[in-house]
Amino acid sequence: MTKPRVDELTGRETMGHDFDGIEELNTPMPRWWLITFYVTVFWGLVYTIAFPAWPMISGATAGLLGYATRAEVVADIEAHETANGELVASLLETDLAAFDPQSDLHRYAVARGGSVFRAQCSQCHGAGAAGAVGYPNLLDNDWLWGGDLETIAYTVRHGIRNETDIDAHWSQMPAFGEMLEPDEIEALASFIPSLPGGGATGRGATLFAENCASCHGDAGLGDREQGAPNLADAIWLYGGDRKSLVESITNARFGVMPAWGQRLSEADVRAVSTYVHSLGGGE
Amino acid sequence: MNTMSDSLYAAREPVFPKRVDGPFRRLKWIIMVGTLGIYYLTPWIRWDRGPHLPDQAVLVDLAGRRFYFFWIEIWPHEFYFVAGLLIMAALGLFLFTSALGRVWCGYTCPQTVWTDLFILVERWIEGDRNARVKLHHAPWSLRKVRLRLMKWVAWVLVGLATGGAWVFYFADAPTLAVQFATLTAPAIAWSTVAILTATTFIFGGFMREQVCIYMCPWPRIQGAMMDGDTLTVAYRDWRGEPRGKKRVAAAGDCVDCNACVAVCPMGIDIRDGQQMACITCALCIDACDDVMTKLGRERGLIDYLALSDAPREEAGEKPQPAWVHILRPRTILYTAIWVAIGLGMTYALFIRPEIEVTVSPVRNPTFVTLSDGAIRNTYELRLRNKHGQERMFGVHLSGDLHLSLSLEGTPYQAIEVPADSTLRLRVYVTAPFGSAPASSEDSPVRFWVEDLGNGERAHKNSVFNGNGTSS
Repeated sequence: MTKPRVDELTGRETMGHDFDGIEELNTPMPRWWLITFYVTVFWGLVYTIAFPAWPMISGATAGLLGYATRAEVVADIEAHETANGELVASLLETDLAAFDPQSDLHRYAVARGGSVFRAQCSQCHGAGAAGAVGYPNLLDNDWLWGGDLETIAYTVRHGIRNETDIDAHWSQMPAFGEMLEPDEIEALASFIPSLPGGGATGRGATLFAENCASCHGDAGLGDREQGAPNLADAIWLYGGDRKSLVESITNARFGVMPAWGQRLSEADVRAVSTYVHSLGGGE
Repeated sequence: MNTMSDSLYAAREPVFPKRVDGPFRRLKWIIMVGTLGIYYLTPWIRWDRGPHLPDQAVLVDLAGRRFYFFWIEIWPHEFYFVAGLLIMAALGLFLFTSALGRVWCGYTCPQTVWTDLFILVERWIEGDRNARVKLHHAPWSLRKVRLRLMKWVAWVLVGLATGGAWVFYFADAPTLAVQFATLTAPAIAWSTVAILTATTFIFGGFMREQVCIYMCPWPRIQGAMMDGDTLTVAYRDWRGEPRGKKRVAAAGDCVDCNACVAVCPMGIDIRDGQQMACITCALCIDACDDVMTKLGRERGLIDYLALSDAPREEAGEKPQPAWVHILRPRTILYTAIWVAIGLGMTYALFIRPEIEVTVSPVRNPTFVTLSDGAIRNTYELRLRNKHGQERMFGVHLSGDLHLSLSLEGTPYQAIEVPADSTLRLRVYVTAPFGSAPASSEDSPVRFWVEDLGNGERAHKNSVFNGNGTSS
């Protein structure tokens, strides 16, 4: 430290700092700068009192204004519901059998249905609706119970083989392990992949005609009335290899889908059905 | 200067620039009228774009995500045009600074232009420098209150016009003007006007040179663009010194009349040499030339000059001509880059297609097996129609002959895309069971989109995923 002195060259005072002979001129900041600084400090304090800020042991101070981001989200959702009120009303009135896929309402239904699907359906059917073993792929053109928009909406609303909705799709395949001998089941498993054109004679064909054709049809084309799968196509819900077929015939399958009409609004049911219908398999 | 007993913080020294007349002052008036005129009037220019698009020549449509500039319409994905313009603006600034010093600061910077306007208003109401200094030091009286109020009201009105003009760039100007008049304008418009009015009022009325000295980064950056060949406002000290009265025999040309200091809006003395606070507004040149003419001496004691000429001039030689200073590798390089970007962008603007397509294959799942064993891929197409009318877009596919294309929601191979918008479309490509693309890992495909109105086409390549059984 040296004594502050007046610098001869500039005529200005020094700060009194001396670093190896280098001194610093006193160049004061403007007063407005200082005032602005104090104002921002004051503003910061007021802000942390007015809004949620200070961390406590459990949670944070709530702030005097009672502001919360959650409340804003709720208000935002309400505002969107209000704004979409007209669209929702016309979606509820629309005849699904004659839904114009080029209409704005259809686009809205697909967008809304997409978010419902990702939240409620993707757990079983997958985010891309490609399904999994036991959970149908909704992208292909194979439908157990029917693939037109109204039927899809019915399936979504009432579900499949559940105990909660009396109108749910219902059917049950017997476990043939209790009725047929293992070698008979093996013969069936050999015959089924040859459908529909495979040899109409032979042991497997006879067994099929006696035990399976009543539901799956003589040619194995299935029956949507009872949700009996088409056994002659390239799509296998539980796998088409020999081991899976033997398992399916021996113990049968019993896929369940909840009745979403009890959990979703009618608008959401219609929207998600429209979405599923628009994925490429819709009839 | 402060004494040491003062705090580290200093009050602003008020500046009272004196009225001055001369070629630079007149040039600055012209530039002020020009720039402010462009700023205030541009939003009111109309431009017919057809029924579906706004008819405002210059409009930043934030909600619709469009930027309209006369015949040019910029979509968000074309923001590189705006980025290019900003780069050109920066290079232009480099060029002018290296050639002519801080001409941006001195003539066209909004802070300078509005401060100039505010000082003009101040002079109309409170009088010239001496009257303002007197009023500043006078105790508060009815007259002082009246004059101050008049000045502040006038400043607020200027600020209102400034902020008001700004919002017209972001909405249809006549509609918004009616909304302001009937008090039905949206809250964001009011608050934007309020904020810009306040900043104009404070920056132009009270902060003035403080903005340049303490808030703006440009004075610091410009030092890197200037060199000895830069033509800038400077004092010919070899001619002026030693200062003194005219009758003193040994004195230089500077009579120490302080005219250059009195007119300076930054409150500095140019005779101290180059300094960061100097915005090179050139008003001191006008003031000094005026005095020199009255004294019968040569003009140009304070003048635009290149500092590299100083030794030459001190030796009594003629300075180099201006073009020698201006034409140097640095300015030529800045100009070349500036022109190259400008030409590139103009070219890009002209070859810009009116329709565009992007293809994103749906990868969850990569393919779907249909009941007859065929393999199907799904793609999300974005069809972009930049026309002011709706257009029919035909969608086609080229690739393996087995592949067939279908569009979601329509049995046709064409779809209507609304005016000036992007349509998202799901399309399906199917390969029959056993065909090459169905059983290979992947095969190339190309999607074609054709504007059925004028035959313009666009395409994007993608990939068809098979089940890979053949590999």
